[in-house]
Amino acid sequence: MTELLIPFEYDYMLRAMGISALVGAVAGLLSCYVVLKGWSLMGDALSHAIVPGVVLAWLGGIPFAIGAFASGMLAALAMAGLRGRTPIREDAVIGVVFTGFFGLGLFLLSLFPSNVRLQTIIFGNVLGIADADIIQMAIIAVVVALVLGIWGRDLMLSLFDPVQLVAAGGNPSHMRVLLLMLLAATAVAGLQAVGAILVIGMLVTPGATAYLLADRFGRMAAIATFIGAATGLIGAYASYFLDGSTGGSIVALQAAIFVVVLVFAPKHGIRASRRAAAHAVAEPVP
Amino acid sequence: MDGALAHPIGTRAGLSVEGVSVAYPNGHLALRDASFTLAPGTVCGLVGVNGSGKSTLFKAIMGLVRPSAGQVRIGGEKVQAALKRNLVAYVPQAEEVDWSFPVGVRDVVMMGRYGHMNILRLPRTADHQAVDAALARVGMADLAERQIGELSGGQRKRVFLARALAQGGELLLLDEPFTGVDVTTEDAIVDLLKQLREEGRIILVSTHNLGSVPTFCDHVVLVNRTVLAAGPTPEVFTGPNLLRAFGGALRQHSLPEQAKAHAPLEAGHVVVLSDDERPLVMAPDGRVLGRLTQDL
Repeated sequence: MTELLIPFEYDYMLRAMGISALVGAVAGLLSCYVVLKGWSLMGDALSHAIVPGVVLAWLGGIPFAIGAFASGMLAALAMAGLRGRTPIREDAVIGVVFTGFFGLGLFLLSLFPSNVRLQTIIFGNVLGIADADIIQMAIIAVVVALVLGIWGRDLMLSLFDPVQLVAAGGNPSHMRVLLLMLLAATAVAGLQAVGAILVIGMLVTPGATAYLLADRFGRMAAIATFIGAATGLIGAYASYFLDGSTGGSIVALQAAIFVVVLVFAPKHGIRASRRAAAHAVAEPVP
Repeated sequence: MDGALAHPIGTRAGLSVEGVSVAYPNGHLALRDASFTLAPGTVCGLVGVNGSGKSTLFKAIMGLVRPSAGQVRIGGEKVQAALKRNLVAYVPQAEEVDWSFPVGVRDVVMMGRYGHMNILRLPRTADHQAVDAALARVGMADLAERQIGELSGGQRKRVFLARALAQGGELLLLDEPFTGVDVTTEDAIVDLLKQLREEGRIILVSTHNLGSVPTFCDHVVLVNRTVLAAGPTPEVFTGPNLLRAFGGALRQHSLPEQAKAHAPLEAGHVVVLSDDERPLVMAPDGRVLGRLTQDL
């Protein structure tokens, strides 16, 4: 029994669990906006597109968050530019840009095969994060949470009814850019926890799960934040015992919760839908 | 009250659209040199076929597209300034709303108050009171806690009307408000619009439901790539003008002959059959008789 408490005795484990929970919570909160905006693919693209920026930042000796963020924004600009100037459909534009950036990132990484810190970018390794990187991740997470605290309602309104935001004196295209920036920033923070490949899971799955459980945005946000924090913590904890991928365990756990909710959710679950359909058929015609 | 119908230009700031042209980036000129003015206390129907520039005109008034020429003034102000002052409220088309979005009725109505709140959008007592009053006015107070997808078509419309009421403002834009609503709701909406007119607001209603236009619009703006005609309903909403606005798109039923062929009706009876909800009935000389209110 005491064996299960061992991870709590090590400072590095406490740090790993804390930062995973924090990043998981913020990514979970943001995932609500991503899901409602229909930007899962965009989030996937951004989280891959930040990889070359991380490598270049490391080469230049600047904080990787800055390089990653710049790289993500450049990719977003490239996508917006291509969409406006070519008749190619949006999904193809996203596909071309993000694989291009990711490919470049992988190529740059392959030039430095011995650098462990860079290798964790792809697959994540929450137990191996340097203290300086933990501080970066924590700052990003707090800033994203603060920005959502301030502009979260406008952002939500821009997703639900952008014209009403205009009527309230706001600007939907500002909100679009804001969401892009938050997405890129959170992907950077999630990078070292779960890796570039899986970070999109943290940015979509909690929100998708919460969507099935809530009919109000506030409730949805609370549930998604909780799922993100809990799975981040449990994933980091479990990785002490499992000699496996932390990112894999966090995202797989989120997917498992999603499946359970998908089946059993009281109102929007598969079982509830079947019951409601059966009930409607059994009901006598008025 | 009839003073508002006299359409005085410049006596009090209303809505003025002056020589507005809108070209889209692909070079398509959606609207050319459109002009009309509306005085406070007006219900105006914006009538035209799909693709006539009706919705472009709406967008120009809301500041969603920038006119390549001309200007829109609301309450004497430019559009952006008017929006900042919460002068413009709008009710979207039902098809444009994501009804599965996790928001409740009260949340939606509260969105009308965002422009009155500070940057954090935290509602104060006045905001809650405005929301409650608006919900009561459209008869939705009992359903305030429902998720919007759980409402009927008429109730859905009322929620967004309540949002516009909670916002206040001088100009209310409604996009196809009668699509998919029952007659009771339509009557309730029309009553509400008339009350708002009495309060001195301008209500601009985009609609293709011709039959209902004469029943509640005191002004009409006919649109076909420009403003063809604008003014008091009896002068503008005439057969010849409608034919100009709609061209071949207007389905005409000159039915007496047809009806005679099928015979169960007395000769001389005007009969209108239509798949439209509320068809417009015109006399042979092009005079608008009104709309069909009763099914046979």
